[in-house]
Amino acid sequence: MPGLVHVETTINGNQVNFLCEPRQSLLECLRDVLGMTGTKEGCNDGNCGACTVLMDGRIVTSCLVLAVEAQGKELTTIEGIASAEGLHPVQQAFLENASLQCGICTPGFIVATKALLDREPDADEGRIRHWLAGNLCRCTGYDKIVRAVLDAEEKMKS
Amino acid sequence: MVANQVLSEVEYRVVGKRPIRPDGVDKVTGRAQYGSDLRLTGTLQAKILRSPHAHAKIKSIDTSLAEAHPGVRAVITGKDLPLSAKLANAAPGEISDSDRQRMGFQANNFLAGDKVLYKGHAVAAVAAVDSNSAEAALALIKVEYEELPPVINVKDAMGEGSALLHENLHTSSLGETSEKPSNVASYMLFEKGDVEQGFSQSDIVIEREYETASVHQGYIEPHTATAHWNADGQLNIWCSTQGSFVVRATTSEVLQYPISKIKVTPMEIGGGFGGKVTCYQEPVVAVLSKKTGQPVKLVMSRTEVFEASGPAPGSWMRVKLGANKDGKLISGKVTLAFEAGAFPGSPVLPGSTCSLACYDVPNGLNEAYDVVVNKPKTAAYRAPGSPQAAFAVESVVDELCQELNMDPIEFRLLNASKEGTRKVEGPVFGKIGLIECLEAARNHEHYKTPLTGVNQARGIAAGFWMNRGFHSSCNITVNQDGTVNLTMGSVDIGGTRASISQQAAETLGIEYADVKPTIVDTDSIGYTMVTGGSRTSFATGWAAILASEDVKQQMRERASKIWETSVDDIEYKDGVISHQSDPELQFTFAELARQLNGTGGTVTGQANVDPSGEGNSFGVHLVDVEVDRDTGKTTVLRYTAIQDVGKAVHPSYVEGQMQGGAVQGIGWALNEEYFFNDNGHMMNSSFLDYRMPTALDLPMIDTVIVEVANPGHPYGVRGVGEVPIVPPLPAVASAVSRAIGVRMQKLPVTPGSILEALW
Amino acid sequence: MEAIDYTAPKTLDEALKVMADHGDRARVLAGGTDLLVQLRGGRRSADIVVDSKFIPELNELSYDAQKGLTIGAAVPCCTIYEDQTVEANYPGLTDCASLIGSIQIQGRATIGGNLCNAAPSADSIPSIIALGGVANVVGPNGARQVAAEDFCTAPGRSVLEPGELLVSISLPAPQAHSGANYLRFIPRNEMDIAVAGVGSSVILDASGQNFVSGRIALASVAPTPVFSKAAGDSLAGKPVSEATINEASEKAMADAKPITDMRGTIKQRVHLVGVLTRRTLNTAVKRARGEE
Repeated sequence: MPGLVHVETTINGNQVNFLCEPRQSLLECLRDVLGMTGTKEGCNDGNCGACTVLMDGRIVTSCLVLAVEAQGKELTTIEGIASAEGLHPVQQAFLENASLQCGICTPGFIVATKALLDREPDADEGRIRHWLAGNLCRCTGYDKIVRAVLDAEEKMKS
Repeated sequence: MVANQVLSEVEYRVVGKRPIRPDGVDKVTGRAQYGSDLRLTGTLQAKILRSPHAHAKIKSIDTSLAEAHPGVRAVITGKDLPLSAKLANAAPGEISDSDRQRMGFQANNFLAGDKVLYKGHAVAAVAAVDSNSAEAALALIKVEYEELPPVINVKDAMGEGSALLHENLHTSSLGETSEKPSNVASYMLFEKGDVEQGFSQSDIVIEREYETASVHQGYIEPHTATAHWNADGQLNIWCSTQGSFVVRATTSEVLQYPISKIKVTPMEIGGGFGGKVTCYQEPVVAVLSKKTGQPVKLVMSRTEVFEASGPAPGSWMRVKLGANKDGKLISGKVTLAFEAGAFPGSPVLPGSTCSLACYDVPNGLNEAYDVVVNKPKTAAYRAPGSPQAAFAVESVVDELCQELNMDPIEFRLLNASKEGTRKVEGPVFGKIGLIECLEAARNHEHYKTPLTGVNQARGIAAGFWMNRGFHSSCNITVNQDGTVNLTMGSVDIGGTRASISQQAAETLGIEYADVKPTIVDTDSIGYTMVTGGSRTSFATGWAAILASEDVKQQMRERASKIWETSVDDIEYKDGVISHQSDPELQFTFAELARQLNGTGGTVTGQANVDPSGEGNSFGVHLVDVEVDRDTGKTTVLRYTAIQDVGKAVHPSYVEGQMQGGAVQGIGWALNEEYFFNDNGHMMNSSFLDYRMPTALDLPMIDTVIVEVANPGHPYGVRGVGEVPIVPPLPAVASAVSRAIGVRMQKLPVTPGSILEALW
Repeated sequence: MEAIDYTAPKTLDEALKVMADHGDRARVLAGGTDLLVQLRGGRRSADIVVDSKFIPELNELSYDAQKGLTIGAAVPCCTIYEDQTVEANYPGLTDCASLIGSIQIQGRATIGGNLCNAAPSADSIPSIIALGGVANVVGPNGARQVAAEDFCTAPGRSVLEPGELLVSISLPAPQAHSGANYLRFIPRNEMDIAVAGVGSSVILDASGQNFVSGRIALASVAPTPVFSKAAGDSLAGKPVSEATINEASEKAMADAKPITDMRGTIKQRVHLVGVLTRRTLNTAVKRARGEE
């Protein structure tokens, strides 16, 4: 039985250390080892996007990343999106546009949206839908989510 | 993008506005606590051993090796459920046959009795120190099965030679019980007028058969439950549920344990759509917790959610409609046979009562078959039964329109149900808004915009769902600063914290921001029925309104005490308490609130309701599609959902219900289905091959909120949550049928089935 | 999931040593988007996963106008389609890199992994075959090259022996007047496994009016990706026309030997091969002519 591995990583700007088994996913360690339950599990096989986090600037499904692979990486989770000054414009846009109902998919969408707008601040509806196709929502039908992303673009410009 | 419209009759101060929901910040920051986010010291992880067979007898179960695993703390099977034990040990005659059957069915879906009835049926449960140990332990449990032929098709199940799921299930039919056992649990019939005479009087009669496949509600959060059986005998349960009191009652029954000793705390819920009204885990984790003395947590995997929770039933349906040459419907006969799954109880009856509800047809007949098959026991899914029935009926209506060369909206306007229309099964409609919805559809820019491509077509359909009242309880306590704490038992699945707070704020005449809503556990509020049935904004809203009226009355009484005048001289208007003749005597709500502790103590208003006066919901949807005839691929080009909501308390969340339900319906129509192989095994139990719509598969979903106020509610509220899933099935199917020139009679209308239709 | 060990070798030699030590109980971990699902589902088994992402040769993405493109086996899809040189010279490759899974999956999944996973439905393999790709393999017995069309041997199985590692895939430099395209058919617009897929690559003469040669490969219609040599060969020397393209599509359909399963029937899949061959050839021609 392989021993526990010591992982050193950066999460939301903070140095974090934890022990884990090699078989544990990053999702499992975020939630169960580090108590960071904002990232959600919907399917555990990369098909719903609820577990989306940023890893070295790219969105990934954390259920398909081994926790040991986070060694030396920079991670951003939903807990790191807001700042001391307040909510991120993407979060504010989701609230104002009523873009969440049950909210279970919302952390994944917000992290994915932030990643998009940091790279493509003028993404149009088609590009937004394409970028977010890996995030499933069953409550909203996506309409108000897309509107929130477009609204967030406006907010981030001003 | 066309702006969403609200066709409003009455304006209010808070009701009808779009404030930010109270739980929103927690949800966008990841702080909201859902069932599997719960952390209790010493929690054991549970896993379920599930049947690999769709139909088999259990000859023996040997759990000894699993119990010996060093990480395992307890293993249980069906006999460890107190309800099962009670049934096994009851003296002859102590329990009636019908009770025995009902209780057996209930217990056996938690953990199987002597048979497994679907692949995924729970057979044993393990609690271990971590999930890997629990998983390893499952492999150590030895179950000996005797396989039986699986019954996986509703028509086969109804046939004479079919294997039987339950030796003691007889058909209950119009007050009689069949002599021989059957897979048909019940047959129901109701009629109005004389349908055969009606058909003979019709100029045109169309009769068709329709089929739909099993589909899942598709909530992104799997079922989760944690139980802690404390050393003092108090059982605490935290779970993802639409109804904490249902969990309490079910757990009480299955554990044969008093409800006073059970407290259920509903966690934030990640989607339900009806599928989390049913319990799957709570009694199981409770028994494991009792055996181990520790909290036990169980989270379903996505595969388990598909295979072992409660999908919506597949169906076989036959519809016959007769009309005269001017398009007036004369006669309608609807036969529905729904797959209940392993145990009786499909929504074939509500499906039947919805099937002809949109039409004022003089002669109507509904017959309904509830049929068991070797598939997971079905559960509610948003307007249960109505989508399937609407697919069948609205498709025949669409064919009638084509035959008569009649505009589909004009046909529906000619035949629409209205106030005074009597439904086939008896109830008479009060004030309803179907005609207003049809007119809004006819006036909509979408309807007036011609299609532009050769393989494009438009589908239109109407849909119906009744609303519910049922029990809700609400407490409102005034704080010294003029804000109020509102507690309720209604789990929030779509924004009802906001809509109920708005109704309270409106009634009290205070600001929305001054109402602080909390959803509390079953010890802290009166009995509250489930969040579902399109009832929450209506009924819990009613409770909040009456509790607010109670607060107002008490505030007036307090002012009368302070001013030493008669309470009859005191008015409460727009949040101001004033003496009707002395202008000096006036308090704002906040000013009077500050005085409460010094004048006798705080004020708490309370109401327990079981309101009647619920409305009915109608929706009309328009969809434009394009079909690629070479590949069979359907693209949804444009979608408009129109619905009478009575009064949209929070229009954004009403729009959200309309859009979300429409998209679920689009998925149901186009790509979602359970694939079963010949052994009755689901082949696609993952989000990869159970294909729900993604953001890239859809256009914007435009909405029109029609408001025909429900006279049975102070603000005119009707239920809104369920109707939106009903019209999309027939609207999309009709659009595709018109695009390819072939009537599609089976759902889902997949690319493969479209190619087959074209060849 | 069963317990596994994890190692992240920093050099190719280190990796080969670990793999030699563990034989078929070692599995290479690149993006992990197939492997982790398979390990959890019990469809593959391992004692140790060998993380390939720190080995310099496997991270190479380089282009040379003579030698062509070298795609390290650990290079993720997103790096491939964001690279302007790749987009300019190998749009047939960026077609598939941007189709696999979602944006999240593309942030991790690799073309090398897609090839080694050897699924018949793999979205990158038809293009790699059509573009004349070669797999560069290294193992205990040294280095060898395997033509992409020979790499997969059965569903989920490749020519890799225990101890062998895919280092990179080489694509020849694009010739003048050449173009390629990959299309797959799925019921939704993203996320699905291909019901059928076709990768086509063509070389036209200087006038752009005639085919010089073509290569066509198919996904999801046989136990392995199919190199439809007859279909590609049928283009040689023929004018670019509907008739020529139809003939090639008929030959591709003849090489399709699918099964009926929950994702599609035999008839549907063979039909789709015809449709997608025509569509990819038409796009490949446009690209070869510089029109797209």
